[in-house]
This record gives sequence, C-alpha cells and structure tokens, in this order.
Amino acid sequence: MTKQPLLEATGVAKRYGAVSALKNASLTVLPGEVHALMGANGAGKSTLVKILTGAISSNAGRILVRGQERDIRSPAKARVAGLVPVYQEPSLIPDLDVLSNLRLTRTPVEPFREWVRELGVPDLDLREMARDVPLAIQRVLDLARALAVEPDVMLLDEMTAALPANLAERVLDVVKRQSQTGRSVIFISHRFVEISALCDRATILRDGETVGVVDIEPGIEERIVELMLGAKVEKKRVARKQADVDASVSAGSTRIAVRGLKVGTKLHDVSFDLRDGEVAGVVALEGQGQDELFAALAGSIRPEGGTIEVDGKPVHFHHPVDAIEHGIAYVPGDRTEALAMQQSVRENIALPFSAAFRNWGPIRMAREGATVQSAIERLQIDTRAQREVQRLSGGNQQKVTIARWIAADARTLLCFDPTRGIDVGTKQEIYRLLRQLADQGKSVLFYTSELEEVQLVCDRAIVIFGGKVVDILPVEIADEAALTRAAYGLSRDSKAEVGVLAEPHSAPEARP
Amino acid sequence: MMRLLRQQGWVVGLLALLVVLLIVAKLIQPSYGAGDFGSLVRAVLPYAFAVAAQTVVVIAGGIDLSVAAMMALTSVTAAALMAGASEEFALLVVPFVLLMGFALGALNGILIVVSRVPDIVVTLATLFMLQGAALLVLNAPGGGSAEWLRNLIVGTVPIPVLPDTIAAFFPKALLLLVVLLCVVWIPLKRSRLGLSIYAIGSNQLAAFRSGVPVARTKILAYAFGGLFGAMGGLSLTMSTGIGAPIPGPYLMASVAAVVLGGVVLGGGKGGLLGPIIAVFVLRLARTILTLLAIDPNVTAIVEGTILVAVVMFGAFIAMRSRSR
Repeated sequence: MTKQPLLEATGVAKRYGAVSALKNASLTVLPGEVHALMGANGAGKSTLVKILTGAISSNAGRILVRGQERDIRSPAKARVAGLVPVYQEPSLIPDLDVLSNLRLTRTPVEPFREWVRELGVPDLDLREMARDVPLAIQRVLDLARALAVEPDVMLLDEMTAALPANLAERVLDVVKRQSQTGRSVIFISHRFVEISALCDRATILRDGETVGVVDIEPGIEERIVELMLGAKVEKKRVARKQADVDASVSAGSTRIAVRGLKVGTKLHDVSFDLRDGEVAGVVALEGQGQDELFAALAGSIRPEGGTIEVDGKPVHFHHPVDAIEHGIAYVPGDRTEALAMQQSVRENIALPFSAAFRNWGPIRMAREGATVQSAIERLQIDTRAQREVQRLSGGNQQKVTIARWIAADARTLLCFDPTRGIDVGTKQEIYRLLRQLADQGKSVLFYTSELEEVQLVCDRAIVIFGGKVVDILPVEIADEAALTRAAYGLSRDSKAEVGVLAEPHSAPEARP
Repeated sequence: MMRLLRQQGWVVGLLALLVVLLIVAKLIQPSYGAGDFGSLVRAVLPYAFAVAAQTVVVIAGGIDLSVAAMMALTSVTAAALMAGASEEFALLVVPFVLLMGFALGALNGILIVVSRVPDIVVTLATLFMLQGAALLVLNAPGGGSAEWLRNLIVGTVPIPVLPDTIAAFFPKALLLLVVLLCVVWIPLKRSRLGLSIYAIGSNQLAAFRSGVPVARTKILAYAFGGLFGAMGGLSLTMSTGIGAPIPGPYLMASVAAVVLGGVVLGGGKGGLLGPIIAVFVLRLARTILTLLAIDPNVTAIVEGTILVAVVMFGAFIAMRSRSR
C-alpha cells in the first residue's frame, strides 16, 4: 500500500453506559475504492458510520482524513472534512421543498440536478415538498445530494434496500463510476451480489471489533461469513430432554397459517405454518420485514395482501384486541412498549384487557391475585421491587411481559427478540419457559437476532430475506453458519458451488 | 399559480373569512367604519406581536408559555424608564427593551437546550419568573411613555393621492405592525437560520444529520420569540401610556391564533401571515359578538367553537385533497 489512505480510523470505541457498542474498530479506505463494511446484526456497523459522519462522538480512537486529524464532531464538520453519509432513512426535511433542502446543506443546485437525472429521475420538480416525494425517489435525492458536493468519502448505509430494481441498478452504476474519479465509497449492504459487483475490499466487524480486511474475489463470501461468526466455538448446546424432542416431533394441528402475506414496502410474500406445540424461530437480518410480519400477526398493522388463518379460519385483525381474542399475544423486544413502567408488577400482569377477568364492573381481586401469583411463581419473577416495574432488572421486566400472557392463557406467543439485553441466567429461564409452553400444546413464534438461540429453543427456523421466506431449516442443521448463510440469501449448500455470488436469488423459495 | 394557491390556500381562506366578518360587522352596525377599524387594529396590535412570538417558537417545534409575562415585563420596564424622562431618552429605551426581550428569549432557549427539560415546563417556569420580575419593576400600573412613541399608533397614515375617506382605513398602527413584522420576518425567512428553524421543527434528527446546529437554532428561535414579545410589550405601553405588571390574556390568544393560522403545533409548518390574519379574525369575531350585545361569557364559548370548527374544517379539507 503505497497510496496514502483517504480515510484511516484506528481503535475507535464507543460505550453507552456499561454497554460497548464498539470496542476496537479500524477502517482504512484507499483513494478510488469501494469498500464494503460488513458484520452481523449488532456488530457495530451503524455505530461506526455514525461516528465517521459526526452523528455521534466516539470515546476513543483516531480518525485521519488524508493523513490529517480532522474535527468531525458534528455532521456539519464531517461534511466539511469530506465525509458525507447517505443514511438508511431518508434525511430530507419533510416540510421543506427540495430546493430549500439543498440550501440547508449548502448543496450546489446544478450538479444536484445533473446527478438526479443521471440516477434515472428525469422530471424532478425542485419546488415539490420533500414530504410529497415518493420514498424511493427520496433515497435517490439523498444520494444525489451527497454526490453533488463531491465528497472524498461517501458512506452508503443500506442504500439499495428500499429501491426498485431499475433504480438500484442506476445507483450501483453511479457509485462504481464515482470510484473511478479517485473518490471513495464505503458501502454497507446485506446483499453479497451487490458487494461482489461493486466492492474492492471489505472490512468485517464482529462484536464491535474489526476482525478482518479481505479483497473481494469470487468465493470470498465463505470467508466473510466465517469472519462475521468468529472462530467456530463449539456450541455448549443445552441438550434437550428426550421428552421435549418427542413433543416437538409429534406434529400438532396447524394453529396459524400465513399465505402470501404482504405488508408495507418491506414484506412481500411470506407463507408458513405455525403448529400447536412448536417453537418456530424466525431469523432475518435487520429490516428484512420481520417487524412488519409480527405487527401484522399481532393486529397492529393491516396487511396489503395475502391471508392469515387461525385454526383454519381466515381472520382480519383491525386492532390488537382482535388478535388477543384469538389467543395471539405479542411480546415486544422493547419492554417499554409493553409495560406501564410506573405501575406494580401485579397491575402489569393483570392489565384487565389481557387477563380478561371481566369486561365490565369491578375486577374480582381475589381471583386476579391468585392468577397473577401463579404466573409470578411460574416465571420466578423477583418481586422485591414489585411496586414499580421500572425498578426491576431488564430480565425481570421481560418476564413480566411474558407472565401477563401466561396469566391470560394465550395460546400463541409472538416473541420478538425477547432476550435482547438481558442476563444469561434469565435467558436460560426464558428458553425453558418457551419450551414448557410448547410442550403444553401452545405455539410460539420466536424472532431472535442471536442465532445461537435457534438451536437452544426452536423446532425449526424460518429465514426471511428481502421480505420473502428464503428457507425453512430443521433445527438439526440450523447452526449459526447455516443460518447466517441463509439470512444473507445464500443457498443452503453454497459451500460446494462456485460463483454463487452471481445468482443469490436462486435460493430455494418458501416451501409450504 | 396552482401551487401558490395550494400552499397559501389556508391564508386565502382566512382572508376571505376576515372579509366576511367585516361585512357582517357592517351589516349589524351600519355606522361601522374607518374609526372602528382603526380601534380594532390598535386593539389587535399587542395580540399580533404575541402571536408572532408564538409562531416563531412553534415553527421551531417548541411552545412558549412565557410570552404574556414577557410582554408584561418589557412593558413595565419601558414605562418605568420613560416615566418623567425626556423624549429623546425614549430613543434609548426602545432598543434597550427590544434587546432585553431578545436576551430573555434566548435564555428560555438556553435553559431548554442545556437542561433538556421539555419546552412547556421551562417556559412555564420562566412565565412565573418574568411575572415576578415585572412586579418588582412596578408593583402597580404606572410609569409613562414618550409622546412621540404614543403618536406612532394614533391616527391614520396620510396618503396624498387617496381621498380622505379611503385613507382613513389605513391606521398608523397597521403600518407599524406591518413594517416591524416584515423587517424581522422577511430577512429571517430568507436566511439559512430561517430554513434551519423550519428544519428542526419538521424533523430534528434529519435536521441534525443535514448539518443544522440544532441547539443554536432553537435558542435563536426563542430569542426571536422574545424580540417579538418585547415589541408586544412596547405596543402595550404605547397604547395605554403606562405599564401594567399583570400579564394580559395574550398567551392563550396567541396559541389559538397560531393554530387557526395554519401553523402545526408539532412544528415545521406554516408561516407568519396566517396567524396574523387569524388574530384579526378572532378579535373581530369578538367585536361582532359585542355589537350583538351577547353575554361576554357566551362570547368566550363562541370563540372556542369557532376555533375548533375552523381547524376541523381545515383538517377535513386536507384529508379529502390527500385521498384524491
């Protein structure tokens, strides 16, 4: 490497309280290269991008631009230093017209206009309110705005995720040409096909540390997956009791049947069955439509297409209460979404609409007390601080959100990353609880961002990529490597194939 | 043209409503004329500045509960300083009071930005502080005002080319209002600061990522609110000739006019013209109800009803045009 790097970051770290989002990340970008930044969910990609573009400040580390230390402690300063981001979410101000948005960021208008045309949007009205511009076009405008200021380093975070194919192609084309002018691009994407077509090198992050820098060449994807997962640690598999295995094998009747479900812009075509007595895992990278899937099943948003059948009868949920009446309960990963934080454990568990003791009139306290007590005991909730849920530990709070539905005797639990940010001991208890529920004939749909949990809890894993079910893996083969490959849209036996990068979408379609 | 109509539709509608109300007033009281219009404008003046103050802050995504107290404090300060002083001394008092409003407004903004306490709580606290400070300056209505200052809003603007009967409809107070608002608002709106104020009100995260200095912009928005508040305080002293330490009913009126004027309470949307016309509409509606000799208690109910009805009507129109 004789060329001086355009951007050189070393030892970058970021802590939020006791949690380290980034421990020791480094990244070197050479002039004229497209550099991929990769890593599993929560590896610290977004944190690093935000630090590099001044949206958050780091706790440690050196960042050099063209060999000089520059002040990048605010987005405006990072912009001046030549680092310009295009974030996942549109960043135009919705209540200003496009022209005012350009003035706000001091973007020259004529180059912007040319780039917009170049990117395949010929008839843009600059007087249009940003709010009224379609979402996909807004992404293009974000990119054009970044291109127009001719930054040294452009950071694209999941740029193509929300774009239709023809626009995405133009975008990739423009990015490629950008690198030929000596400027550099940092490219974050979950799509191997884009990375192989576009990128020269890749930096891989794992648990907040840079674990490798590789040149992109055919067949490199296996190495990247390996780096993302880390050294193959032998899984300390919690051996499931034989009884459990038997219970999960004996097929229950179909509880929920989802067919061709389409929700919003993210979820396109999802079909699967959830049976009584099973825990079905859902595995997906961030933003592949899993949020929409759970929201639709929980009745909080209405799907645009497809059907949901519960116990063989088609249902249309207009409100979460409809789902609850069918015995389907949603346990969100973010506990603040579910709990009344200043109320007691008892009140939270017995929230009348969930426990449904009575619709009208006074609540029968004795019965409520007994039900709540049994749920508390069952989940072994630490009740020393039970007067206010907000004083409980995260793990105990999560138990309360589940206990509520056990008290209400829900038949199906939709658990969305329920073990996020809680201690190992409580995690084990939650795994055990979910298995017990399944053994009693209840069904659980379990989205997790921690892939190792799949083999600990689930009977099979439904893998979603790009809004579609790309594979359903039986638990025996659903180890982290297999799940990661599937979650990136690589086909199950890609190891044997060469040049699979060329056609990742030929992955097996959803099997009914 | 169509776009202008779409963007300014709300303002045009309000203007039409104002004209209708003027006609109604004329029908009820055939003698309603230039003199009455002049006194309407003089009565509106402090309200209009209160509304301008609130508008800037609301567009930036905040709310200022201290606006009426700010007017009271600046008014008594001006009155106390000018009491018994020379006419020329008032030339110093006016900029001093305006600067004071600007600084106190900025203080509001700084407290909000530094403490991260919600706007509504901070400005509630400063409401009490400013109110107390006003009573310290003058514990009863009193003080004085320079003669030339009082004359600024008395009478009409002499326009040589127009016959007197028409010129009579251009009170000096209206000229003063228009000039002062334009002098501050138009350059502000055209500047990057103005854009930034809209930006942080519209979407704070996106504004931050676009490189807008969010904290500084917020402080300046409150400072301009304070400046308009000080103008309101001065206008009170001008019209009464004294300063009164107890805040008038300007806070609720300002919020009402902001909403009626098409500024979204969440921030980011609207302009200054709408709220100013709205405050005329609200005051004129009150005049008409008085002309009809309706019980003043009922008057308040009717005003509230107008507010809700108009805003609901606007939301209904907006919904229909969007679904089409």
